[in-house]
Amino acid sequence: MALPSDFHAQLEGQRDYLLRYATLQLRDADRAEDCVQETLLAALAGQAGYDGRSSLRTWLTGILKHKIVDAIRRSSREPATAIEPEDDTSEFDALFDPRGHWTDAPAAWERPDSALERSQFVAALEACLAQLSAKTARAFMMREHMGLETEEICKELGITATNCWVMLYRARMALRLCLEQTWK
Amino acid sequence: MKMMLPCKEVTRLVSQGLDRRLGFGERVALRVHFAICEGCSNFEHQMKLLREATQQLAGTDPQST
Repeated sequence: MALPSDFHAQLEGQRDYLLRYATLQLRDADRAEDCVQETLLAALAGQAGYDGRSSLRTWLTGILKHKIVDAIRRSSREPATAIEPEDDTSEFDALFDPRGHWTDAPAAWERPDSALERSQFVAALEACLAQLSAKTARAFMMREHMGLETEEICKELGITATNCWVMLYRARMALRLCLEQTWK
Repeated sequence: MKMMLPCKEVTRLVSQGLDRRLGFGERVALRVHFAICEGCSNFEHQMKLLREATQQLAGTDPQST
């Protein structure tokens, strides 16, 4: 069992990583800082909850994720920076013939079952996510990683539900095309 | 009698089905389409894998210490 001061130092060692993660999701340095601060305090208070089975970073990221979701749900503010929605899906037209049928039908992906396959799939996904535009990636992560509802995402980004669905559609279509190259 | 949905429309509906509850007619139209279209069945399965993997992203940071 680590001494309290050791644990404190270990937590501080993760601060930069957590701040990067929170800033990526929230795009607001102050809110990100607040969430990280709350996470580190919660971790200190709940040290007993850390069983050492997952890495400290994984454990902290799990707490931080909840803090970020809470922060987004709590915020009643008007979006400070309403984004310009990306709602053009014409880039995917070439996947379909004029009657709307696949020209190149999706393949059956093998389910990543072993731990190794899962980590390979996640690595491929991360590489593909990096190719999305920042806006599209952000909407996608809010929905699929943070588990926020469409209405919450609309409010946070200052876009309509329809815009939101289209952005998520774009993200999914682009990610599956990218993964189709790297995962079969 | 509704005509068979084109695959392009199916991908849109499958995606929206991950974000809102689809209507009864929409769900039936998808079922019917999946029964005869392997590409779209694969597409739906891919979307599920994508969701599962994205939820797990943070826990598998390769630089974890």
